[in-house]
Amino acid sequence: MQAEQLKTLNPNQYDNPDNIGLHAPSDPRTKTLRPIVTGTSVLGIKYKDGVMICADTLGSYGSLARFRQVSRLHQLGEHALLGASGDLSDFQMLVENLETMATKEYCWDDGSKLNAREYWSYLTRVLYQRRSKVDPYWNQLIIAGLVDGKPFLGHADLHGTTYEDSTLATGYGAYIARPLLRDAYHENLEEADARKILEDSMRVLFYRDARTINRVEFGKVTADGVEISDAVELDTEWDF
Amino acid sequence: MAVEYNGGVVMAADSRTTTGAYIANRVADKLTPIHEKIYVCRSGSAADTQFIAENVKYWLDMHGVTLGELPLVKTASSLIQRLCYYNKNNFMAGMICAGWDPVDGGQVFSVPIGGVRVRQPFAVGGSGSTYIYGYCDANYHENMTLDECLEFVQNAVALAMARDGSSGGVIRTTVINEHGVERNMIPGNALPRFSEY
Repeated sequence: MQAEQLKTLNPNQYDNPDNIGLHAPSDPRTKTLRPIVTGTSVLGIKYKDGVMICADTLGSYGSLARFRQVSRLHQLGEHALLGASGDLSDFQMLVENLETMATKEYCWDDGSKLNAREYWSYLTRVLYQRRSKVDPYWNQLIIAGLVDGKPFLGHADLHGTTYEDSTLATGYGAYIARPLLRDAYHENLEEADARKILEDSMRVLFYRDARTINRVEFGKVTADGVEISDAVELDTEWDF
Repeated sequence: MAVEYNGGVVMAADSRTTTGAYIANRVADKLTPIHEKIYVCRSGSAADTQFIAENVKYWLDMHGVTLGELPLVKTASSLIQRLCYYNKNNFMAGMICAGWDPVDGGQVFSVPIGGVRVRQPFAVGGSGSTYIYGYCDANYHENMTLDECLEFVQNAVALAMARDGSSGGVIRTTVINEHGVERNMIPGNALPRFSEY
């Protein structure tokens, strides 16, 4: 079995998108990868004027709340947002990849701009390709945006599994928040109500998920564009 | 954690019980009485520590009645040690036994996993404790007043809760001295705050 070649700072090793991350070594005993610095749930809900997502700002190192001011939401182009849970180093690599695409798009300057559904589609392909090499981007992603004026909300994960829905959540959010979001969702949901149900859901997650902190960011996409809020601290009740 | 001060002991704990990353109880009470003026801080397996505490409470009760006096903290901690040591292969229990008795005043005994019993001026335990050894070593001094002691434990537990995912909720405190036992609680939205970074 060949020893894996060390990645030096030679740019030729990094420009090629195939070479961005580690590859699975040829020795099967070392193929098991694991996430190290991780983010927990990301929630998303469609509403009347657009779509809103949120996530807390914690990068956990196992059970240690190590990095407490990390943004897990990222703007994609003019009308899309990406929220990530799972390994944050893989998220950062994906963001770098997407930013490179955006730069190329800017340079082409031909009027063609990728929309949310196209970003989702692209990410699906990237994620599935890596899973097929047994070297996944260890993330659960939520892509939100406006496509032809209509709200879009998609999910893609480390396995390459994807789906769309009016409400989405990753991690513990899938178990705890999703039922709350589903109950609150209807087609003419107002922005304030969308924000309220996301806040209420994040509060329950702060109560019940041991890998959260009380510092949350909200991102929304409307016809006016993308907006990521400043971090917010939620009110909590403890007198039992 | 538990700290000896000039008159008794101060004990403090968080209120989070987890199964994996799910918080099964966010308002748990980890400071358990095993006699009128002797409490234990429980960490590790909730099932194991509850079992040990209930058993020791029973035996201590019998012992106290037989003696006709308040049992000694060193007796209580010794009973805990017996159970933890002889069942060491089956228990996952880190206990801190602290209290006040008329003979030796305030005392803190640590009985960590394995069943060693050590008397200490102050003791910390549980998963969050690893993050506050530095703070505790730097800020503890002998003969603290009650108020100094309360501030010390509240800050220490708050710091641990801020970093350890397995710790959180509210801070419960218990003060034990010759005058009695006083229990208190700081809710999760009123905790001491430090660097947000």
